[in-house]
Amino acid sequence: MKKVIEGSMAVAQAVKICRPHVISAYPITPQTHIVENLSQMVADGELKSEFINVESEFGAASVILGASATGARAYSTTTSQGLLLMAEVLFNIAGLRLPVSITCANRSVSAPINIWNDHQDAMTVRDAGWIQLYAEDCQEVADMQIQAYKIGEKSEISLPVMVNMDGFILTHAFEPVELIDQKMADEFLPPYKPEVYLTTKKPVTFGVLAEPAYYMETRYRLQQAIEASKPVIEDVANEFNKVFGRYAGGLVDKYRLDGAKTVIVAMGSVVGTIREVVDELREKGKKIGLLKIRAFRPFPKEAIYDALKDVDNIIIMEKALSLGFGGILLNETKAVFYGKARQPKISGYIVGLGGRDVPNKSVINAVRKAESGVVEDSFVDLREELIGIGE
Amino acid sequence: MPKPEGIVVKPGSSKEYKTGSWRVKKPVFKHDKCNDCRICVMVCPDGVIFGEDKKYWADMDFCKGCGICAEECPVKDIEMVLEVR
Amino acid sequence: MPKKDPITESQVAPGHRACAGCGELLAARLVMNAAGKNVIATCATGCLEVVSSAYPQSAWKMPWIHSLFENPAAVAAGIEAALKALGREDEAQVIAQGGDGATADIGVGCLSGMLERGHNVLYVCYDNEAYMNTGVQRSGLTPFEASTTTAPSGKISWGKTTDKKTMPEIAAAHRIPYVATASVGYFKDLEKKVKKALSIKGPKYLQIHCPCPLGWVHDSSLTIKVAQTAVQTGLIPLFELEYGKVTSVRKIAKRKPVEEYLKLQGRFRHLFKKAGGDEEIKAIQAIADENIRKYNLV
Repeated sequence: MKKVIEGSMAVAQAVKICRPHVISAYPITPQTHIVENLSQMVADGELKSEFINVESEFGAASVILGASATGARAYSTTTSQGLLLMAEVLFNIAGLRLPVSITCANRSVSAPINIWNDHQDAMTVRDAGWIQLYAEDCQEVADMQIQAYKIGEKSEISLPVMVNMDGFILTHAFEPVELIDQKMADEFLPPYKPEVYLTTKKPVTFGVLAEPAYYMETRYRLQQAIEASKPVIEDVANEFNKVFGRYAGGLVDKYRLDGAKTVIVAMGSVVGTIREVVDELREKGKKIGLLKIRAFRPFPKEAIYDALKDVDNIIIMEKALSLGFGGILLNETKAVFYGKARQPKISGYIVGLGGRDVPNKSVINAVRKAESGVVEDSFVDLREELIGIGE
Repeated sequence: MPKPEGIVVKPGSSKEYKTGSWRVKKPVFKHDKCNDCRICVMVCPDGVIFGEDKKYWADMDFCKGCGICAEECPVKDIEMVLEVR
Repeated sequence: MPKKDPITESQVAPGHRACAGCGELLAARLVMNAAGKNVIATCATGCLEVVSSAYPQSAWKMPWIHSLFENPAAVAAGIEAALKALGREDEAQVIAQGGDGATADIGVGCLSGMLERGHNVLYVCYDNEAYMNTGVQRSGLTPFEASTTTAPSGKISWGKTTDKKTMPEIAAAHRIPYVATASVGYFKDLEKKVKKALSIKGPKYLQIHCPCPLGWVHDSSLTIKVAQTAVQTGLIPLFELEYGKVTSVRKIAKRKPVEEYLKLQGRFRHLFKKAGGDEEIKAIQAIADENIRKYNLV
């Protein structure tokens, strides 16, 4: 049954049907509507979770760590400064192989403080060992949220999953969303049954000191697990499609790649804009397509190569950068083509930082520039009059 | 496959590590004036003193020779002696 | 001697790498044995965690988790919430453990949140008065003019310039049902307080004074003596606070001047060696006098 609801409410509804035992909540714009909706559901008896209003995001992540270690399904949500504050715990959760889920309402990072969307927050913690999924629209966030637990809780994976949705752009957008009914959700997502957890029935010691003789293997196994999640991410998306009739999630999404000589690669809500541009340019006879990255971690090298191997011009448009190096998605995509016989032109643009709008014509201009020569780390739509201030 | 790394499934497995090798002095329980107060049993940081009926010993696999038992015994029935090995 | 195995009885097994005479491990063993088998414990990074959980061995008999330095209280809150949500509340008591650094400094925010929210968790602070595991650096609970490696005594310094952060009172200010201070020097009192705390539903805070032979610089055999002397001077008052009101104190039978405590430990040696040390000892005596007056200890 489709309803026009706010993105945050779509997430809250999706979380509700996952039946989390413990939810920890610390408010931060633009995630606030998610935690507010969840708390109202709890207050009305609609959602039977232990809802913990924690003292900080650090506490939020620590609470779900403890809950998951005890065998509970646990959830939290944050963004930006909150995600960075809990960074220490994110690494800890992944290292302890606890399959919690966090929705990150992607927002820029301070300083200067800015509450609008970009991907710098989640990108900064890409090395933590979390599976990272990026949603294009409100429907996809809701669908990815339920898939997240199914992926993470598979016993051979046992990893935490971050579902990323663009702050304000998706959290505060009203879109038609097909809400999943509880009964179908229960069939798709069975209860969490870990083999090892904190219980007096079978005591274990979690979180040990691993000396040089032991530490490296734990990281090796973590890397193996996150790599092994690639087929699982696809399988779960396929199963979701079979049950609910929608393909959402998976590693990548190909849009009009047949015969495309130029392909734009992007993640998140900006993909919606790029789809329109691709359609417009295709009308004009241009052989152009779009590759949407759905899973950023694990980085779907094989799927990307497979989709783009015959393309001449690859144009990355991303909402984050590694300061002192350059575009993150750009450089990771370049690495996919390292050593390959056929070397396409790979250009990269930084767009939409701090919530700056990315209109269709900016995308078109970017494509035009990239076709006349390789572009690297070009900041799209910089306001010339503001550069030079302070010099 | 459950999470194998970083998890010790055997609780209390530290007893595989014999800290008795650390000792310089060892406690000698004389079994002479003992009054069963069990203070030695309670105050041993490693919890390795055992016994009953006025006869107590330290588990030499683990005793680190700290000397607290000898110091705290109210009837001085325990003496710390240099261990010769 | 009979080959009787004592280690089946203790909830904290030997073979851990604590120093000979470690006050903190003694406290942990006493706490866990008083608490019984039905416990799920968290632990902060620190001596207690490092010596007892080096892979692939663990000294802990109960289910136990170490996450980070500052979050044992928050992890315990998560465990307590999970037990409630899973219908397993009767399975175990939740005990969070941390050293003085983890409790009073880096973890004070998480602790405060847990106390304020009313979780059914006992938080135990093992107070050995410095960041011992990393090399005896000063913490918020290091006492006035103790020498530590980051606030050492020197030509122009007497050591730490402020007195211990009043953590028990801070915990009590959250209006929780039970706060108590204890000492490894008085194990019967400690056990009673653990049992009493665990009989109460809600957040509880227990701070245990634990001498550290290495960090305080005294012989390993004197751990109990040093702990008892601290209490006997009034510097470490032993009391119980219920909903913010003092409901019991342990009176000092034979009061001792602070010198007798200070001279037992190398970390206070400068007070006896440097010119002007007498005046400083008088200042420390004033702290003890104030405790005695405030808590009516004699």
